[in-house]
Amino acid sequence: MLLYRTEGAAVTAAPHSFFHGFRLALPIVLGYLPIGLAFGVLARTSGLSVGEVAAMSILVYAGSSQFIGAGMMAAGAAPGAIVATTFLVNLRHLLMSAALAPSVSALPPRRQAVLAFWLTDETFVAASTELEGRPTSGAFLAGLFWTSHLGWVLATVGGAWLGGRLAWLSHWGLDFALPAMFIALLVMQLNERRHLAVALMAALLSVLGAVYLPANYNVLTATVLAAAAGAAWSGRTEGAS
Amino acid sequence: MRPQVLLIILGMALVTYVPRALPMTVLSRASLPGWFRRWLGFVPVAVLAALLGPVLLLPSGRWQPVWDNLPLLASLPAFWVAGRTRSLFRTVLAGLAAMALLVALRPFGIW
Repeated sequence: MLLYRTEGAAVTAAPHSFFHGFRLALPIVLGYLPIGLAFGVLARTSGLSVGEVAAMSILVYAGSSQFIGAGMMAAGAAPGAIVATTFLVNLRHLLMSAALAPSVSALPPRRQAVLAFWLTDETFVAASTELEGRPTSGAFLAGLFWTSHLGWVLATVGGAWLGGRLAWLSHWGLDFALPAMFIALLVMQLNERRHLAVALMAALLSVLGAVYLPANYNVLTATVLAAAAGAAWSGRTEGAS
Repeated sequence: MRPQVLLIILGMALVTYVPRALPMTVLSRASLPGWFRRWLGFVPVAVLAALLGPVLLLPSGRWQPVWDNLPLLASLPAFWVAGRTRSLFRTVLAGLAAMALLVALRPFGIW
């Protein structure tokens, strides 16, 4: 059992059991259900087979990248462009991985490297709010991560399997599941006015880039520039104080 | 499974895994320069907004009047529910429900 000693005599146990992680994953699985179903259906209409959907959900396991990847494949984009866009979209995990590092620093490096595979926006938010930087066990993370991944694979493969029969759903705006997920994840992270300013700037730059830049470079350009503006802004205010 | 699709999937898997694993295993947070950490801190917000902007403002690739822009209209209740509940599931459901409602009402020429 892992104990974390806070200042003074208070000792609080960080969650450590597989079952605790499993329970924490249930709301995530609930959220993955409509998104995964939507991905499965849309991937089928983009021309992917059930097996390809399964392979993607098992090996890639990243909602937004999978939507974007399937969309770009349907549009006939070059493999290099698909992989490059995926990389860009996943750069945000760098920070989440770094933020979770203190909680896994006691684990052997190889186990860290294995567990890192299951880091998603949703599992990161769940793990970091539950742990608050306290060290935890591999079992807790495995319970959280594996349950979430299983939910994602089942939802996406289920959607792909139902594919044709659920194709009518796309007429009802099923593809809005992904933007809705982005909205939820974005709002969860808007804790300061600076974040709101950076978000508005990134959205605006990305829209301008979509009109004036070659395909798919708008997200990269807007992200790099808006985050740099935010960093410059907070660097200056920190320097002044 | 088509070989080229498998290759793309493997490429996607690799570039998805590396940013997930690298900081956790190799970099300690303290060893990153301050400006880079600050920049990294804004990346999640920036990339999500950069992905959303064109989806909401340029659906089907071009500007549309607000009353004809279903994703933008459906995003309003989604933003509201996200702010109130901070729940992924409820936000997605609210967005999908709003979208379905807008699609259902479209033939009546309300917009």
